[in-house]
Amino acid sequence: MMTDEIPGDEPAGPPGGKVKKFMFVNRKAPYGTIYALEGLEVVLISAAFSQDVSMVFLDDGVYELVKGQQTKGIEIKNFSPTYRALDGYDVEKLYVERESLDARGLTEANLIVPVQVLSAMEMGELMQQQDVIIGF
Amino acid sequence: MKFGLMVSTGPYTHQASDTAFQFAKAALARGHEIQRVFFYHDGVNNATKLTEPPQDDRHIVNRWSKLAAEHKIDLVVCIAAALRRGIKDEVLANGFRISGLGQLVDSGIKADRLVVFGD
Repeated sequence: MMTDEIPGDEPAGPPGGKVKKFMFVNRKAPYGTIYALEGLEVVLISAAFSQDVSMVFLDDGVYELVKGQQTKGIEIKNFSPTYRALDGYDVEKLYVERESLDARGLTEANLIVPVQVLSAMEMGELMQQQDVIIGF
Repeated sequence: MKFGLMVSTGPYTHQASDTAFQFAKAALARGHEIQRVFFYHDGVNNATKLTEPPQDDRHIVNRWSKLAAEHKIDLVVCIAAALRRGIKDEVLANGFRISGLGQLVDSGIKADRLVVFGD
């Protein structure tokens, strides 16, 4: 979905080049602002560059992964199935912060994809290992 | 050091574009390189030449154009985000070009630091 590859925009990633750790941090609810959707577009593109990509869901960002989203009433496309397609793009590292889930009464069972649940402390350590962090 | 910047909010409503500009200017003054500025989300609105602020205000768009000309900075506007918001080649101010999101990832790879300005 949603790729916007155009001529002259070829991936500059390996082979030969260096692999960097890219982390995309999602902090916002899926609807209400465009950040979750446009953030997902970046993740899908980044997959074409053969980098070490991970996604993090924090704060209201955990709502992006909640099962059973119904968006008809707001006339906005439900793009949550795209998270299930990430696997096919070799984006397999999905991390969710435990405190954010707890604060919203959610558990892993409410989520649309398998994730790794980390504490805020562990998340911080993971962030420290990254080369590039982009927040949406 | 080689910096890549990303601007994710439009001009005037948020200070992010101003801050990114001031950061770029300061970095250049210290001998660093600005490898690229990538405009995403509402940040694409920083690129339209139709912008006309009051005369006693800073001209955010022209200021970017001038900096780009003086220092040969690559100002890239995301095509998907731009088309959504009515930004096309015909309204682009000098020094800006429209390209794909790959240019943001490329910046993350090639720059020593990618710095994000916005919400």
